[in-house]
Amino acid sequence: MYKKSAETLKTPKTSAIWLNFLGSMNLAITLLLALSVASIIGTVLQQNQPYTDYVIKFGPFWFEVFQQLGLYDVYSASWFLLILFFLVVSTSTCVYRNAPGMLREMREYRQSIQLETLQKMPNSVSWQLNRSLDEVQQVAQQILPHNGFSARTTVTDSFRLVAGMKGAGSRLGYVFTHVAIVLICIGGLIDGNAILKAREMLGQIVPETENIPANQVPMISRLGLDNLSFRGSVSVPEGSQSNVLFINYKEGYLVQGLPFSIEVKDFRIEHYASGQPKSFESDLLLHDSRLAEPLEQTISVNHPLIYDGYSIYQASFSDGGSSIELQVWPLSGGGNQQQKLNVTVGNDVQVNLAGQPWVLETSDFRLFNINPSQDPAKKFQNVGPSVQFKMRDKTGAAKEFMNYMLPIERAGAYYYLSGVRSSPAEEFRYLYIPMDEAGGLGRFNTFLRLLNDQDVLQKVVAKQGILDQPLPTKDSAQFNQAMLKLVALFMQEGIDGVMSQVDKNVPVEKREGVAQLYVRVLQQILGAVYVEVLADEGVDISLGIDEKKAAFFDDASAAIGAITRYGSPVYFQLVNFKHKQASGLQIAKAPGKLLVYPGCAMLILGVFLMFYAPQQRLWLRLQETEQEVSVVFAGHAERNGLDFADQFRQIQAQFERVLTT
Amino acid sequence: MTSIQAALKSELERDAFWKGLSLFDWLWSIITVLSTAYAYTNYAPLMDVYEKVILVASSASLIVLGWHWKAIRQLSLLVFVLSLFGISRYVNGLSDAETDFFLRFLVSSQSAIMWMSALYVLATVTYFAAFIARSDFVAKVASAMTWSATVMGLVGLMVRWRESYLIGLDVGHIPVSNLYEVFILFSIITALLYLFYERRYQTRVLGGFVLLVISAAVAFLLWYTFDRQAADIQPLVPALKSYWMKIHVPANFIGYGAFALAAMVAVAYLIRFNAEKGDSNSLAMTLPELDVLDDLMYKSIALGFAFFTLATILGALWAAEAWGGYWSWDPKETWALIVWLNYAAWLHMRLTKGWRGKPMAAWAIVGLFVTLFAFLGVNMFLSGLHSYGEL
Ligand code: HEM
Repeated sequence: MYKKSAETLKTPKTSAIWLNFLGSMNLAITLLLALSVASIIGTVLQQNQPYTDYVIKFGPFWFEVFQQLGLYDVYSASWFLLILFFLVVSTSTCVYRNAPGMLREMREYRQSIQLETLQKMPNSVSWQLNRSLDEVQQVAQQILPHNGFSARTTVTDSFRLVAGMKGAGSRLGYVFTHVAIVLICIGGLIDGNAILKAREMLGQIVPETENIPANQVPMISRLGLDNLSFRGSVSVPEGSQSNVLFINYKEGYLVQGLPFSIEVKDFRIEHYASGQPKSFESDLLLHDSRLAEPLEQTISVNHPLIYDGYSIYQASFSDGGSSIELQVWPLSGGGNQQQKLNVTVGNDVQVNLAGQPWVLETSDFRLFNINPSQDPAKKFQNVGPSVQFKMRDKTGAAKEFMNYMLPIERAGAYYYLSGVRSSPAEEFRYLYIPMDEAGGLGRFNTFLRLLNDQDVLQKVVAKQGILDQPLPTKDSAQFNQAMLKLVALFMQEGIDGVMSQVDKNVPVEKREGVAQLYVRVLQQILGAVYVEVLADEGVDISLGIDEKKAAFFDDASAAIGAITRYGSPVYFQLVNFKHKQASGLQIAKAPGKLLVYPGCAMLILGVFLMFYAPQQRLWLRLQETEQEVSVVFAGHAERNGLDFADQFRQIQAQFERVLTT
Repeated sequence: MTSIQAALKSELERDAFWKGLSLFDWLWSIITVLSTAYAYTNYAPLMDVYEKVILVASSASLIVLGWHWKAIRQLSLLVFVLSLFGISRYVNGLSDAETDFFLRFLVSSQSAIMWMSALYVLATVTYFAAFIARSDFVAKVASAMTWSATVMGLVGLMVRWRESYLIGLDVGHIPVSNLYEVFILFSIITALLYLFYERRYQTRVLGGFVLLVISAAVAFLLWYTFDRQAADIQPLVPALKSYWMKIHVPANFIGYGAFALAAMVAVAYLIRFNAEKGDSNSLAMTLPELDVLDDLMYKSIALGFAFFTLATILGALWAAEAWGGYWSWDPKETWALIVWLNYAAWLHMRLTKGWRGKPMAAWAIVGLFVTLFAFLGVNMFLSGLHSYGEL
């Protein structure tokens, strides 16, 4: 039997002990379970996050401990690779020790088996038959193959033995599965980043941590064509090409050179009717000096391009530098000047706004925004293009904005929406600027401008009879002055500023009354200014103001009251764009595949063979005793004893029907 | 010819497999071949080469399965007829599900799945009633209910497949794409595996135990349907639009189903094991013998392991195509590996160390929890590339 084969190896003692240890089942099972536990850690603790996140999560002490243990990248930690290594060694040893014996056994019919052994088997019967030896032998030689057993016959002077065997493949299955494990592990190690890690330890490479253009990255962070395996990504704008890619490594990245350059001609997203993305596709041109002309192919998710051992996948997409035209609408200080600004996504520009220097950092442009729909009949709705940018003031503090190009409907009215937030962790809060009847921002802008215009305000205030009785001139002048100050305060600090003024100057018991008065006064003045705005536009208001225009007034007042919290002195209206996308490509070279894939095929074949071609043996031993033939029929199966016993009984019945009738 | 040769000849003819096939077996093959040919000629232009291979291979497997397990033929024919009926009731589009009587109460995917759910739960109760009452007849009723539930579940999936195309030609896809759909698949496959062994071992007493898992799955399914509106058909994200899904997911669920079956057999094993020490007349003694249970547990883990190996490898090949690498240590992948390693260790213990009995049964039950985490826990607690069925 195969288990004995190890003993027949004539090896010195210590190596035998090692062989025993490495090939032992206990070690194998320990390794299997250790691998499971390590994997569990790797899934429970999110891998490869920025180190700062871990520090926040665990505190500096445990952060350090976990880092030393390699828990932030378990699957390439040294100890993890060590487990894998031992698994490979242990499985190889196991195959080395068992396979020769098994393969031999696979071809053996065990024709030298003893009579007593047969009689002692759990499945064993004997018959005394009044037949000739030849007859019985012939029957056995047919019944066994009929049941799928291949048979060999031994003839000696004293007895004849027909030995049958089935399912020799299960032994082959053992060899296949275990060799497969070895192949897969080795292939996986080649394709994993163990090699990179080793090179890093030897000081041959150092990841780059600064965000700089690829051609400025120093040689020590670059990998050449000799790099055996890698998986990296690169974002290529439409119309551009790249001959490098970036491999994320620890807290930085490495630049991998390619023997060709890959050009993205066009990138497309298709959508379902409901608005969800349906497909991402890139038209690629692969330029290689070895090719007569560039290779042209369209790739999409699930349909990569395979070229010269490199696989090129559609992985993601981003903006590739769209040109954006922004109309600048002043929000504070009342400036009248309206400039236009042309920016490119990804580039920063310096601008002077309301007398202050700002940096405008445009980070993204989106052609579609698919939002949950208000309309119950439709799930989603496309609200059109948007631009996302940061505005950094001279102190370096920045707020992030998201402006939609098209006015968005809310409860029947349309607004230009601008989201703002102070950090990416926050949700956007929105400023709703009402759209005027011409579909633009003109009326809102005029309203703002007049509200900041002292002449207009004075005129308006003078006309107002806020109080029921007329006041003496001196008092009225003072009161007008107070009103002007109130409006100025509102314009500068919003409704919050007005309220905190009340809190500061008015005794508690009178606050409510004064606040109400202030609001009423403000509303009246704003209303009066609004009338001026309409008059400016040439609207006839002799018959009063219609509902729409009244709603506009309310919305505009609310927006103006929120401007101080908005955080930008201007509103950038997205008026025009030229969309340019970048296709996120992932490029991989994984020569380990050549071991892993055949390994996988072997594994599947092996497992099915092992389970579903169990090895079974049958013997018929015939011996002549005084005109009779004495037959011992016995069977043995390595596993699935119950099924085999059933089958044995059926074959026994066949023999009995043929031989004993 | 001597009598012995005649007897041998008749014996050899008697058991030949082809001879053993009845007229119905042949009829079954012919019907299957014809339907496949029909599907092929009509829809070949819409399929890629892999899908054609999948179609032909499934049809061949169905024929062979039907020969070896006759009940599959009735099941398939019923599913076939009912599904066609369901599909034919859709005339004006999906809104027919609200207005047409048959769709509304029987064969729209939602109704069929509700029938399935109700019948599985009823079957569970009935199996236990049969167990307690030691009644063979009641157990037969429970079996019938399980079969009916399975038919309705399959009809539900088939009609749902069609419904997805009614939403939009580009939306249509095989209903194994999200957690809701695979829970149905899981229930059906577990039930079928159980029914197979029920016939094989000629015992119905295990029914209640196995169906307990299915009832739990149904409970989850109902919660998921009503609390999360999970039953809505969603279009596929680009990464899922692949023929791989058609083979990877079912193979996976044969694995999960078999592991669940093994665990429930293990529960029965432990109950009987404890009972053997005490009163020999207790109810638990009506469970099958320990070595039969042990054998069933092994077989079912072996089956699960084989298909799980296949599924994991298919998944790796798919990942190579969709994500650019055959292995990314994504949580779902990693948990599949953990499940696999766990059962590999189990099998080694049994086959090479000869472990049997109580510890193996306990381990098989632990295995179900590991599997459950891979199947559900990962979606609930961990994030990764496999975020298709988030809770
Ligand atoms: C990742 C590592 C391994 C995996 C996945 C694996 C898998 C398997 C599987 C699936 C079986 C079949 C069980 C059955 O026939 O029902 C098996 C059997 C076996 N394995 Fe492993 N194995 C691994 C490592 C090892 C190692 C390291 C050894 C050596 C100590 C070993 C020794 C055996 C033996 C002796 C058998 C029984 C073969 C037989 O009786 O036919 N295995 N293994």
